[in-house]
Amino acid sequence: MTSDLMSLDALLPVLPEIALALGALALLMAGVFLKGETHASVSGIAIGLLVAVGVLALLYPIDGVLFNGVFVADGFGRYMKTLILIGSALALVLSLSSAGENGLAKFEYSVLVVLATLGMMIMVSANDLMSLYIGLELQSLALYVVAAIKRESTRASEAGLKYFVLGALSSGMLLYGASLIYGFTGQTQIDEIAKVLSLGDRSLGLTVGLVFLLAGLAFKISAVPFHMWTPDVYEGAPTPVTAFFASAPKVAAMALLIRVVMDSFEPIALQWQQIVIFLSVASMVLAAFAAIGQKNLKRLIAYSSIGHVGFALVGLSAGSQGGVDGVAIYMAIYLTMTLALFACLLALRTEDGFAEQISDLSGLAQTKPFIAATMAILMFSLIGVPPLAGFFAKWYVFLAAVEAELFVLAVIGVLASAVSAFYYLRIVKVMYFDEPVLQFAAAPAELRVVMGAGAFLLVTYFFTVGAPLGAWAHNAAGSLF
Amino acid sequence: MTLSLFFFYLFAIVLVGAAVMVVSSRSPVHSVLFLILAFFNAAGLFMLAGAEFLALMLIIVYVGAVAVLFLFVVMMLDVDFAELRQGFLQYAPIGLVVGIILALELIMVAVGFVVTPEVASASAVAIDPTLSNTEALGRVLYTRYVFLFEGAGLVLLVAMIGAIVLTLRHKPGIRRQDVGAQVARTPAMSVENVKVKSGQGL
Repeated sequence: MTSDLMSLDALLPVLPEIALALGALALLMAGVFLKGETHASVSGIAIGLLVAVGVLALLYPIDGVLFNGVFVADGFGRYMKTLILIGSALALVLSLSSAGENGLAKFEYSVLVVLATLGMMIMVSANDLMSLYIGLELQSLALYVVAAIKRESTRASEAGLKYFVLGALSSGMLLYGASLIYGFTGQTQIDEIAKVLSLGDRSLGLTVGLVFLLAGLAFKISAVPFHMWTPDVYEGAPTPVTAFFASAPKVAAMALLIRVVMDSFEPIALQWQQIVIFLSVASMVLAAFAAIGQKNLKRLIAYSSIGHVGFALVGLSAGSQGGVDGVAIYMAIYLTMTLALFACLLALRTEDGFAEQISDLSGLAQTKPFIAATMAILMFSLIGVPPLAGFFAKWYVFLAAVEAELFVLAVIGVLASAVSAFYYLRIVKVMYFDEPVLQFAAAPAELRVVMGAGAFLLVTYFFTVGAPLGAWAHNAAGSLF
Repeated sequence: MTLSLFFFYLFAIVLVGAAVMVVSSRSPVHSVLFLILAFFNAAGLFMLAGAEFLALMLIIVYVGAVAVLFLFVVMMLDVDFAELRQGFLQYAPIGLVVGIILALELIMVAVGFVVTPEVASASAVAIDPTLSNTEALGRVLYTRYVFLFEGAGLVLLVAMIGAIVLTLRHKPGIRRQDVGAQVARTPAMSVENVKVKSGQGL
């Protein structure tokens, strides 16, 4: 029986995960045994831990396949893990100022976020259907709890319950698909499945398994038609929790999807491409039209995130290295936009709560010019107006689709993008041309920093981070091919 | 051989009898108790088949946790089982038809089931007949599958944290037992000598 535990050196590729797991346990102990109000200090340590693990992963990049092939550390995984760690750490930063109102003043919140992050890292590095499932469950279970963590709020409990029930259903579908794939190939390891598939002689049952597996994953990235939970959960959960849901888990599930279809089902690309193209078109179109009628900001963001997943899937449907490049860049820019947007929402605090309706933003340009300007930049970036980063995100994925001769898909994407411009621009109109109705408190410093940094990166994307990010994403995507 | 055969039939008969009683007994508490009896006999069958790890797990997990949980639920929730049983005869024919179809399918699958030699030899972990199966499982779980095993452990930890976060309430004003304070108490702190004047009382 071979084991990787014979020497500590062999474990180096999995060191970030081990550090995060041990750190989560230490945080739990700290939360239980420290006296007094522990949530702020535990959050602080958790943010430090997430940053430290990110630095560790970047400073000591060690590739390798461990534990008899269930875990793989490579450039693609490192890129996505960095995004995930940034997303989780910033989501915790965003929750600091309003922890009390949102029912997050419990140290368990940070511990659960760290454990969910660990699950996401395992997902990204999963090289086997079993480790894929373990990572996915670790992540999802922590997210279900976090959604319902504000116990006195019935809406949060409803969101948690809805998320749990539908998430369990999707896990069931994913497992059923995995069992069919195992049954028809005799392998659970992702690269071994590809080897069996490339031998030819594929049965229909395998395609059925693939459909179920992709349905389960589509639920996690909330692609249409598996998106129904998203608006309700985003609206019901406390806003800092929604910020977390919309950022890191999306990146992780997208990375998992990319690895599964690219590594494992590369030989039957035509089959999965059909499914991904359908998910993509449905997500873009439905989100563009469904968001028009929304009055609640968080529901609007939910539909917006569904649409952005659709755009990212355009890149994946190309099935080429350029497409994966595009998705990697897209997820980085999407993460920046989402976190900055939620920083704006959390900064809009009145005496009796937070701005939740679009009409609450009326005249924001007069009362809070900085937040209004940031939000306007974000809206234009979400539409994809050049020279903002959102434009380049869409540019790369559409370019990949055109190169793969998926012209119809690219045209539908651009049209959906044009339709979605309506609801983003309406927010700008409400902020700049309506009369102020609400007075907001001063924004906490850390939220202003996140907003400012996000807006700066989005505006100067082409001149500052664009080139290095593109090169890094290209390297990352290269490790899959 | 005859002894093990005797025990096989003993366990099997009691198991089937207990299973019938689970469905047919009037009181739900009796049903759960018969369920526990059925679990014990199934564990005995596993033991005869040489799967001692599975036998012990069945007792620990099903009898120790699940059945006791059932018992608590049955006793605490006032479910009117007589009402649930109404219409049993009315739906019995349909249930019978579905049951017969399922049974036929099961028989067809069981009869037609053939393990191809390639699959049998391609087992991920070769079976070593010299090891007891607890030891064999332990060797695989802590070497080949150690990552998945530890990952599953973390999933369970999240479940535990989640259950506590979502349900535990710290009510203020509740007097809790403080063992330290109890132990630290001295006679001087709790016993007081009072000089009672005669004829007056306290």
